[in-house]
Amino acid sequence: MNRRSFFAAAGAVSLGAALAACGGDTGSAQSVSQSDVDKALSTPTELTFWTWLPNVDREVALFQKKYPAIKVNVVNAGQGTPQYTKLRTALQAGAGAPDMVQIEYQYIPTFTITDSLLDLRPYGAAALKSQFVDWTWGQVTGAGGEIWAMPQDTGPMGLLYRQDIFDQHGITVPKTWDEFADAAHKLHAADPNVYLTNLAANQAAAWHGLLWQAGAKPYVSTGKSDIAISVSDNISKRLGSYWGGLARDGVIGTEPDFTDAWYSALNNGKYATWITAAWGPVFLSGSAKATAGKWRAAPLPQWDAGSPHSGNWGGSTTAVIKTTKNPIVAAMFAKFLNTDPASTKMFATEQFLFPATKAVLADPAFAGDKPAFYGGQAVNQVFADIGNTVSSSFQWPPFLDQVVTDWTETVGKSLADKTDTVAALDQWQSRITAFAKNQGFTVGGK
Amino acid sequence: MGPRRAGALFVAPFLALFLLLFLAPLGYAAYLSLFQHRLIGGTVFVGLDNYLKAVTDPVFLRGVARVATFFVIQVPVMLVLALVFALTLDSGLLRLARVVRLGIFVPYAVPSVVAALMWGYLYGRDYGPFAQLGRLLHVPVPDFLGGSWLLGSLANVVTWEFVGYNMIILYAALRTISPDLYEAAAVDGAGAWRIAWSVKLPALRPALVLTLLFSVIGSFQLFNEPKLLQPLAPAVIDSGYTANLYAYSLAFTGQQVNYAATVSFLLGLVIVAVSYGFLFASNRRREV
Repeated sequence: MNRRSFFAAAGAVSLGAALAACGGDTGSAQSVSQSDVDKALSTPTELTFWTWLPNVDREVALFQKKYPAIKVNVVNAGQGTPQYTKLRTALQAGAGAPDMVQIEYQYIPTFTITDSLLDLRPYGAAALKSQFVDWTWGQVTGAGGEIWAMPQDTGPMGLLYRQDIFDQHGITVPKTWDEFADAAHKLHAADPNVYLTNLAANQAAAWHGLLWQAGAKPYVSTGKSDIAISVSDNISKRLGSYWGGLARDGVIGTEPDFTDAWYSALNNGKYATWITAAWGPVFLSGSAKATAGKWRAAPLPQWDAGSPHSGNWGGSTTAVIKTTKNPIVAAMFAKFLNTDPASTKMFATEQFLFPATKAVLADPAFAGDKPAFYGGQAVNQVFADIGNTVSSSFQWPPFLDQVVTDWTETVGKSLADKTDTVAALDQWQSRITAFAKNQGFTVGGK
Repeated sequence: MGPRRAGALFVAPFLALFLLLFLAPLGYAAYLSLFQHRLIGGTVFVGLDNYLKAVTDPVFLRGVARVATFFVIQVPVMLVLALVFALTLDSGLLRLARVVRLGIFVPYAVPSVVAALMWGYLYGRDYGPFAQLGRLLHVPVPDFLGGSWLLGSLANVVTWEFVGYNMIILYAALRTISPDLYEAAAVDGAGAWRIAWSVKLPALRPALVLTLLFSVIGSFQLFNEPKLLQPLAPAVIDSGYTANLYAYSLAFTGQQVNYAATVSFLLGLVIVAVSYGFLFASNRRREV
């Protein structure tokens, strides 16, 4: 991987051009004037930024170089759940919360329900909409038009597959899920030691991505205390009977992912494909070195070959915590980090994040990268194209941790135990519904 | 300064820490358990509602039943092994006694986090050494991480971790037995087995009660090992697999801190009850 060298010149996109783009509804929030912004950015200020991004100091340095009065302290408070736990504790204690925080798309509602995030509209966030991949804006926008965070990176879902195993068994890249199922049966019959894929029984995030692709609307918040939950509707049940069927037939694996056994399986050719996200290619090239050159990327198989869709799995944003004493500077930092041409390019070249901005996605140096691990295929371009097929109306529940745990104990368990996945979806639905009602929500939906 | 005041001064540091780090959190948890917090509607006082809910909560009861089962099966095995090792070391008939003693004790020095990760690898279905060896010899190997085996697999990890620790306690107790007793027994014509049975075992009773109490607490609070093996067996180890894991999940997954405090309190009561049960039984035996 020598993507570092690909970005020679900065194809700068001026912020001014973006400002001409459609401005969002600024609601009742009072906009902050440019002179207030200038004053805040030139006043000596110290901020704290919680993030688990390695070497993020480099992007932060760009900001500090431009605004020498500001000092940003980077704290790694853990990756994902551990960080959120600490953040909740700090928020409840009323002390020790950071000014800015890295937060994954799916967790935004979990922190807006407790009114912990700052609406970024007064700080000119609405004007940035056109710079980001379309669907990400839907993810960071609240029910009342609030802008809760700035997209940092994304994870549109695709298929990584072993070209050599496909060739050996005469399998072509499946265009539809039906073809995928046929290939799964064919491959496992030809070689009982090989499975077409592994759908991890503990990976609710991948399931949500597949729901997203299928056009499901499992969670619809219609107000702060009203939520419609439909995780066992017809779309979900189609997904359930499809994957449950493959699991019961024993033609796919369902072992937990990101474990030693799973890494070994990817290295040993036990699985011929990995249904993953745009961050998958770089990840795989680092953790399945034994298979270099054998993998290729493709879009997900489709339910309707005529209209390609995908879902998203992973990616993060930068949000500002409402309790910050320096909202202007914190908001400016979140904007700079995720829209400054040098900073966003660095995300792609230093941390190998899959970009959230159209500018970096279109950069020939990024899109034209042809890693040897994928036989010289332009994998970034494959996933950039997939990114345009992700719907922007998918919503997350404000109690995601519970939903994820319930999924693993119902749907995930049914996949692992080869029991009725469609019935498990009903259990999942009733468990989430009971939890939501217990938490005081008015629950609708099927 | 009188002896009374001096005594109070000596005890003061302990009392201060005891108040601050034990009683205060306990009191706070008790306070929390009387409320209910909801995402919509905030916090309300509910009195003993949480307790009424918990005593009929199937997940909680199942978790307690599971750790009780674990206790009944794992603890006797562990203590018998620890006792055998301690008596063997004490008999002086063993060569390299020091090396053996250290070898049995070393697993206790391994943090349980590391131990669980290590055993997780050993238990692996595809690439674990047991499974690979089984394939090599064409011997079927049980699915250590599967539903029916998992509790046994956990018991094995905990036994491996704590046999050495309990052995050291028993061994230390054996070393304090006065040699006069052995001499007297030998004069009366007792052999090594008879001495072990009639002299050593009765002298070990207080130490055995101690190890048993530690085991009650450890078993009923079982958390680390299942929590660490959870990613490897997510379909078996659910969020309420043990009572302690259930309390943790309630607090950090469901944001139900109040109910988590209730469950923790009830678990504490169960442990107190079982511990006192054992103490009571062993004291009565002594009076008879």
